[in-house]
Formats: sequence, C-alpha cells, structure tokens
Amino acid sequence: MSDRKPTLATVWLDGCSGCHMSFLDIDERLLELAQEVDLVYSPLVDRKDFPELVDITLVEGAVSNEDDLVKIKKVRAHTNVLVSLGDCAVTSNIPGMRNPFGVLAVLDRAFVDTVAIPRPAPAAVIPRLLDRVRPVHEVVPVDVFVPGCPPSADTIYNLLSDLIAGRIPQSNGGHRFGA
Amino acid sequence: MAATASALNENTMSQRILIDPVTRIEGHAKVTIQLDDDGQVADARLHITQLRGFEKFCENRPFYEMPSLMARICGICPVSHLIASSKACDAILGVNIPPNAARLRRILNLAQILQSHALSVFHLSSPDLLLGMDSPPENRHLFGVAAAAPEVARDGIRLRQIGQQIIEILAGKRIHPAWVVPGGVSNALTEEKRDHILGMLPDGIAALQRSLDRFRGLFQRFPEEMASFANFPSLFLGLTDGNGKLEYYDGPLRIVGADGAVVADKLRAEDYPQYIGEVAEDDSYLKSAFYRPLGYPDGIYRVGPLARLNLITNCGTPLANHELGVLRTFAGSPLLGSFHYHHARLIEMLHVIERMQELLGHADILSLHVRAFAQPNCEEGVGISEAPRGTLLHHYKVDRNGLIRWANLIIATGHNNLAMNRGVKQAATYFVHGGKLSEGALNRVEAVIRAFDPCLSCSTHAIGRMPLDIQLRDAAGTLLDNICRD
Repeated sequence: MSDRKPTLATVWLDGCSGCHMSFLDIDERLLELAQEVDLVYSPLVDRKDFPELVDITLVEGAVSNEDDLVKIKKVRAHTNVLVSLGDCAVTSNIPGMRNPFGVLAVLDRAFVDTVAIPRPAPAAVIPRLLDRVRPVHEVVPVDVFVPGCPPSADTIYNLLSDLIAGRIPQSNGGHRFGA
Repeated sequence: MAATASALNENTMSQRILIDPVTRIEGHAKVTIQLDDDGQVADARLHITQLRGFEKFCENRPFYEMPSLMARICGICPVSHLIASSKACDAILGVNIPPNAARLRRILNLAQILQSHALSVFHLSSPDLLLGMDSPPENRHLFGVAAAAPEVARDGIRLRQIGQQIIEILAGKRIHPAWVVPGGVSNALTEEKRDHILGMLPDGIAALQRSLDRFRGLFQRFPEEMASFANFPSLFLGLTDGNGKLEYYDGPLRIVGADGAVVADKLRAEDYPQYIGEVAEDDSYLKSAFYRPLGYPDGIYRVGPLARLNLITNCGTPLANHELGVLRTFAGSPLLGSFHYHHARLIEMLHVIERMQELLGHADILSLHVRAFAQPNCEEGVGISEAPRGTLLHHYKVDRNGLIRWANLIIATGHNNLAMNRGVKQAATYFVHGGKLSEGALNRVEAVIRAFDPCLSCSTHAIGRMPLDIQLRDAAGTLLDNICRD
C-alpha cells in the first residue's frame, strides 16, 4: 500500500485486561513489532483521543457503560480493521454475567450491603452503566473475531503478523473459546 | 470521551480540568481538578469509571467455581484472586491443605508479584522516570524507552517474562490458569519443571541488579515528585510472618503508624469487619476502605510494596535486605512518600526471586501430596493474601450444598483509595497553577496514580446501584448533558 508503517490501536472496554497482558506476553517480540507498526493509541501510551484513522484496532472487553458505547462507535468510525479480541469482546462473557440480574435489580451489594457508612451510590462524573452488557459486534460491525480467555500470546502475534502483512486471518485453529 | 492535553492547555481559566482517560495505568479512570477563582487547585479527585459485579453474579454458583471465576476479575494479577479465593474455599471445605500445596501456591504468587511489578515499573512508569515527566507524550511509552535505552526495555520485558513463564510452567497457562483449586493445587511439581524454573532465576537477579543500579540514580532526579507524590503520614497495613519479615501468602495482619509504631497486630482475616470499613464515594465506582477505630476519612491507610516494607524489620533474604537498607538510609523509615513505591517494587522483585529459590530448594517440593479433598463443611470462608498491590480479601458465604449465597471482596486498590485521592490533590496543588498549566504537570498528576500502581480491573469487581444523576462536563466545566434516572 504505502510506505508508512501501519498504525495499531488497542482499546480496553469492560474486561480484565488479560487480553492486553497476553499481548504483552509476546515478550521480546514486542520490540520487533515496534519496528513494523506504530502503536498510536492504547492504555500503554499517553494519547488521550482516538486518532483520525487507525489501520488495526484490537478491542478487549464488552460494552458495559455509556463511555464504552461512545468510545466503540468512535473507534469503529476511525478504524480500518476492527478486531474483537477475547471472549468478553466476542460474547460479553464474564461482564455479561450481570445481565440476568439487571442493573436496577442488582442491589445494593456494593454500596449498601457491604459498607460501614451508608451513603448514596456514586452518581457524579462517572459514566452510567448500561442496562445490558453487550458484545462488541452487537454495537458496531466487527471485521475479525478472536476468542480465548485470553487468546494466547502466539495467537495474538500471528494475528498481528497477518494483519500487518495485509492478510485477514482465517478463524481456524490456534484459538478457541475459554482457551 | 477524551480531552487532549493540548485542548486542556487552552482552558487554563476553566473551573474544572478533566484528565480522561488516565493512561499507563491498569484500568479505567479519570481525574478532575477543581480550580478556585484565582486559578489555584481547590480539589482534585480520582474517579474509577467501570463497575462489573462479581460479588453479585457469583450468587447461586458452586463455590468450587470461584477461583476460576474470580481470577477473571483481573488479567494482571489473576493469581492473587486464585489464591485468596482458594483460601476462602479451603475454609469452606474446613481443611488444612498439604504443606507442599501451600509451598507451590506461594511460588505461584511470588512469580506473579515479579511479573506484575515488572509491568508497573518498566512498561508503565519507566517512561516517566527515564524520559522525564515533561518528555513528549507521543514518545512516553515502553517503545519510547526501547528507543532511548534498549537495555532497560529488554530487562523489563525479560523480568515480566520470567514471572509469566514460571506461572505457565507451574500452572499450565500464563493468564487465568486453573491449577489452584479448593484444597490445594491440581498437579505436583516435577523435577524437570523445578530445574527449568531454577535455571531462569539467576538471569532475573542479574537483570534486577542492573535495573537497581540504573534506577537508584534516576530516582534522585525527582526531588519535587518525592516531596509531593502522596507524601504524608498514614497507617500501613499488610500480612506479616510474625518475625518481622516479608510475607505474601498467609499470617496475621499488622498495622503500623506513620512513626513506625505498631497500631494493631495479629489481626485475623476473619475479623476484618471489625477493623476495616468501606464507604461509597459519590463520584467513583471504587469504594474507600478505612481503619474503623479511626473512622472515615481519618482511618486512611496504605497497602502494597511501600506498606509491606514499613511493616518489617528486614526482608528475610540477603540481596533484598541490602537494598532495603539503601532505601531506608536515603528516605528514612517508615517510608512516607508514595514515590518510593517504585523503589520498593524493585526491592520486592529481588526478594521474590530469592524466596522462590529457597522454596524450590525445599526437600519436599516434589511431594505428590498437593491436594486435600472434602465436601463443604463450613458455611463461611475468608481468604487473604498479599497481591502485588497489597492485601486482598475474599469472603464467601455458602448454603449447605456449597452454592454461594453472598460474597464480599476487598482489593488492594480499595485500601489505597483515600491515599490516592489525597495524593492526586497534593500533586495537583504542587504542580498545577492557573497561569502555567502544562502537559507535564498533568502527567505528574497521573504519575502519582501510577506510583500506587492501582489495579482498576480488580477494583471494579463490584456492582452497585445505577447512578441516579450524571453530569457530563467538558474541560471548561460547561455542563454538556445531565442524565437523570430514578
């Protein structure tokens, strides 16, 4: 395509960061990757706003609060290849386990049952929780699905190698749900 | 969603500055800095913006699922949750696990402290320390460090890798392994695996000694940060071994004061509601924990590497203990400034490698007796351990079939919430002034938070009530939207 290095973003919605940790688990290959791709937006770098256009974005986590919703729509609009990375992004997995309880019905476990001094639940500045936690593809179109809890470091490395070379990886072998 | 630093620069006269998101931390957070009419800092707050619900959605699930489920709270320190959860489950079984199971769990926990501390020091904070707080934000990351000082990045990656590889060798998988189970661990250690792990450790010690030589000098370049990064008296809490040495797996809790005097000792985990209280803040999903006898917010305390070093007389291993002496000579004892968390982390990394060498050399380390079996015999269990960031506590109640009826978790970052907020305000007051608001000043406010190494995956495990009223404000403090719900 062009001479410039492809750009990479990683986004963390409602997940445990295990997929990001598995990305770091490619270990010394990180330094090699840094030669081939520019990490332009990520919890690991200091840029606060999503860039105008990113070639590859890895999304960890489900869509769980209003910030996630705004963020994923913006990310989709400014990304060429969007990867739903890990079981939470692909199925909503663990974050989705709160769905049967419902946010409003989910009681006061955190802010009433278990506290020493009853006070109103948090309400200022922080984003509202959505009624239902949803996987990424229910909110925006997804180009590549990579299940795993988390996907292994090798899976992520092979995925990135393919995408950097301009190939869309085929979903066969190498990774599976809950692996 | 995001106010850029450059946009913030144009709003120096605004009433409220928003840092969103805080970057190079392990989770989702914002900071607001409230200015008074003269442009001076009136208040600053850390807001944790995610909430998940583990304490609720574990209800009615079998207790033996808890270790694997609760590990998913956090991909950085899943092992801490595996261990605290399994210990709570051991109590529900009513068993004493085989000594070698405890030994193997200890090694797993130490390996995790190594990898997690490496992440904090090298991947997240070394850009500030090595490149400078005012260095260009577009280079302020691990790859920027790799370009400026490749050997630092390589040592950091290698140290994290050693920790993660040990976890993989012992437990079968680097992240979210299923090896730690109620009653012990699922497989014994083989001689081959033991030797493999032992073979990696000298490399780790060498990398740490190189790093300490480098960082000792770097730390000296930050006198203002040492003075203003959550530098104040507080209590300190953590596990002790009963002999004044570092302990991460078991034992009673101790609290010391800012003068180093023991405030409370031999506290049992099961009694935590008597001495730890939690309270909801109105602008964060993270609750604040406090020491009950002093009340809220006077019962402010810190946990984690800094606190653990303040609880002990010596580390219990020679290399770490030597370095502790260096730090104490320089910074005093107890250590009150949270900037020293970084140095404390390096000392602990050295210690955990030395400790792993000891444990792996134990005569019974290959013993096949690594699991106790029982039905649920007790209806309640509390499990405690030292996670990389501090004391972690899981508390479950089950019915007679072993289904979870109720759960409460207190995680390290919650213990530190009051201190982090006070630290954010202290640094903001020191570095942010109406007339000369700079990106570097805001980065320092974030760097205070990085010093604590909060694990916000962990801290957002809880689920709460729907917030009732959300005000969305831009960097200039203008109300953009107001969402109300009853």
